[in-house]
Amino acid sequence: MIRLLTTTALCLCLFSCQKESQVDKATREGILLIGNSADPKSFDPQVVSGVIESNLNRALFEGLVNSHPSEDLTAAPGVAYELTPDETYTVWTAKLRPDARWSDGIQVTAEDFRFAYERILTPELGAKYSEMLYFMQGAEAFNKAQTKDFSTVGIKVADALNFTLTLRGPTPYFREVLKHPTWNPVPKHMVLKYGKIGQIGNQWAKPHRLVSNGPFRIKSFRRNDHIEVERNPYYWDAKNVKLNGIRFLPISNTFTESRMFRDGQLHVTYSAAPDVVDYMRKHDPASLRLEPYLGTDFYRFNTTRKPLDDVRVRRALSMAIDRDSLCANVYRGFEPAYAITPPTGDYTPPRGAFFDPEQARKLLSEAGFPDGKGFPRLKLLISNREATQPVAVQAQWRKHLGVEVEIEFKEWTAYLLATQTLDYDIVASGWIGDFIDPLTFLEIWSPGNGNNNTGWDNREFVDKLAESFQITDPAARYDLLKATETIMLNEAPIAPIAWRGKNYLLHPSVKGWEPLLLDNHPYTTVELVPQETKRN
Amino acid sequence: MLKLLVSRFLQGLLTLFVLITLTFFLVRLMPGSPYTEEKAIPAHILERMKAYTGLDKPLPVQYARYLKNLIVKQDLGDLIRKDGVKVSEVIADSFPVSLALGLASMGIALMVGIPAGVIAAVKKNSPTDFACLSFAMLGICLPSFVIGPLLAVFAGLKLQSINVAGWNSPTDWILPAVTLGFINAAYLARLSRGGMLDVLNQDYIRTAKAKGVPGRKIVIRHALRGGLIPAVAFLGPAFAGMISGSFVIETIFQIPGMGQHFVNAVSDKEYLLIQGLVLFYGFLIVGANLIADLAQIALNPRLR
Repeated sequence: MIRLLTTTALCLCLFSCQKESQVDKATREGILLIGNSADPKSFDPQVVSGVIESNLNRALFEGLVNSHPSEDLTAAPGVAYELTPDETYTVWTAKLRPDARWSDGIQVTAEDFRFAYERILTPELGAKYSEMLYFMQGAEAFNKAQTKDFSTVGIKVADALNFTLTLRGPTPYFREVLKHPTWNPVPKHMVLKYGKIGQIGNQWAKPHRLVSNGPFRIKSFRRNDHIEVERNPYYWDAKNVKLNGIRFLPISNTFTESRMFRDGQLHVTYSAAPDVVDYMRKHDPASLRLEPYLGTDFYRFNTTRKPLDDVRVRRALSMAIDRDSLCANVYRGFEPAYAITPPTGDYTPPRGAFFDPEQARKLLSEAGFPDGKGFPRLKLLISNREATQPVAVQAQWRKHLGVEVEIEFKEWTAYLLATQTLDYDIVASGWIGDFIDPLTFLEIWSPGNGNNNTGWDNREFVDKLAESFQITDPAARYDLLKATETIMLNEAPIAPIAWRGKNYLLHPSVKGWEPLLLDNHPYTTVELVPQETKRN
Repeated sequence: MLKLLVSRFLQGLLTLFVLITLTFFLVRLMPGSPYTEEKAIPAHILERMKAYTGLDKPLPVQYARYLKNLIVKQDLGDLIRKDGVKVSEVIADSFPVSLALGLASMGIALMVGIPAGVIAAVKKNSPTDFACLSFAMLGICLPSFVIGPLLAVFAGLKLQSINVAGWNSPTDWILPAVTLGFINAAYLARLSRGGMLDVLNQDYIRTAKAKGVPGRKIVIRHALRGGLIPAVAFLGPAFAGMISGSFVIETIFQIPGMGQHFVNAVSDKEYLLIQGLVLFYGFLIVGANLIADLAQIALNPRLR
């Protein structure tokens, strides 16, 4: 027994002196190792919606435009070499590059785009994210089966390489919208080979036969283990793609992921938990990235329940939250949010939510609860047991208002169900923008929107939002959206808490990976530069 | 013997049927549905999706359809949230990994646990006994989510040849197998120590000693057979548990095994996957128990 143990120990020591780390090897081979949290729900880009799928789709597919490697509000060229709006930003003409090819060598044509948009909007397919295409004239009516005639939708193909998109109104920010993967083409010849246009579960996108038009194509897939993509030789800009491949690892546990990073098994992690952030700050600050992200943490108030139906109560609760203190002590890399929309480009959100305990007490007292007396014991619904921030807010409400709330934990789907059926008092929520424009944060508060979930319904807000759809001048539009957001913040159906940060670990050998608000790095410009690494 | 086998087999079938039925209805009592998502799915889309998977039908119709597919076509169905993936595909992909890891852990558990228990029993109340007992107590008390990360940090990060996680190189087996094996070794050590102590006090052992049979021979030839009965009874279900994967071990060491599906399927409300996994696990348990019963009969003449 002892002899066996000694031999094993010796073997291990021998092994340990020889091997280069996986990251070093991958760097040498030009393969980027990325933590991606989970496997995608599907390889069919038109039926999925999440961040995980979108990380993969950026490698495999390409739309009319690409995200820029370092600038948020700039679009890099994609399949279209030219994309021009008319003077009202309503009709957009796309000219496709003739050398754009699918990974089987067949040309990407205007018809592939038209087909893709028809497919995602076909009601039978049940594509969850079809709403993103409602920017196109007639798209909503077609998707909701109010008409079966796709020619009513605003896409007109002129010839193999040219088409125009007619939108529902002026959309100066349309290039940002087009970066969303729902606008990518799908290979018509493959989709129709394996099924009909509106067929759910069409097998064209099985990983071993997936045909795509992006810089990479699928090389191998093993469930819950990895997805590897390799260079697509038919990609129009293949000569400028620096990586030879990318390996996506579905690591669900953030601590396992950071251990793998420290062990030299990953170039980029999907996230870094607060404890990991603290540890890395001390031990390896060069690898730690804390970057702004297009997302907001906020609390929804159920405006259909007493006493939260009283705007004074909602405002009081919102004013009693010390966001600076939360961001300094509880969150890592998040910014105090004074509005729902994070500041982006030229849009500066209104200062509608702020910490003012005195005013908060006054409002609560006016609402009939002086010093919190007689205030019912409300429940604050959460889904993440580890989050410490609700406890901090609970303490702040107790301290500043004399109000006692109870924290209630529910498992993820039960939590979602309670939120969506308004079966809660206050719920800790979050929202991530689909594209960089205030609209993606504001339109959810329309009364009919499936994501409102507060019971809040305000005519003025709806009218102003609708008005913004008709404005061409970007500056005037932002002013109107700011006024719209102010209405919402004054009514306080929600209390913004913090603008999210993206915390993750990045290996120093990765170059060309710059902070982006949507975290949508185009892999084409990423490069791996070998260097001395140390394992700790 | 044959009668016993047949009766056990029939009992097994009945157990599995009750299991399927209970699971089918229980999973549908959970709040939420497979379509509950953070961004609400528009109503007109939701309708199409439910019609496609048949979840819009009344429960008895769904149940009848499920049983029919299961019995007639041996089809466990498709995943609801993942497009075009079959439940059987998920099990077929992940079970071999869990089986391999389970067998390796079982090997470690047997090689460490049983000798430790037997030695402890033979050297009762000696420092060796206390050492074995403390080791066993440690294994029972320390959960895998403590041992796993500790091993990963202190062995995985320090030794370059061992990765902290992953399932690619042969050395990737070491940490998860040791973690899972250690915990089961601890139980085995305690059970075999207890069993051996019982047997060592019996008259026939005393007789053997009186006849001058050497100590080692008494333990191996005479005592071991009876002393291991409690451990063998434990091994059946423990083995089924080990080869069907462990959520904790798999997430700590990033292993594409079956254990994580048990947990994720529940939180995703992936009804058919839960049913498929429970059925498969039930099948393993029934099978392992049957084998454990047979092994006990082989070890214990009084059961024959």
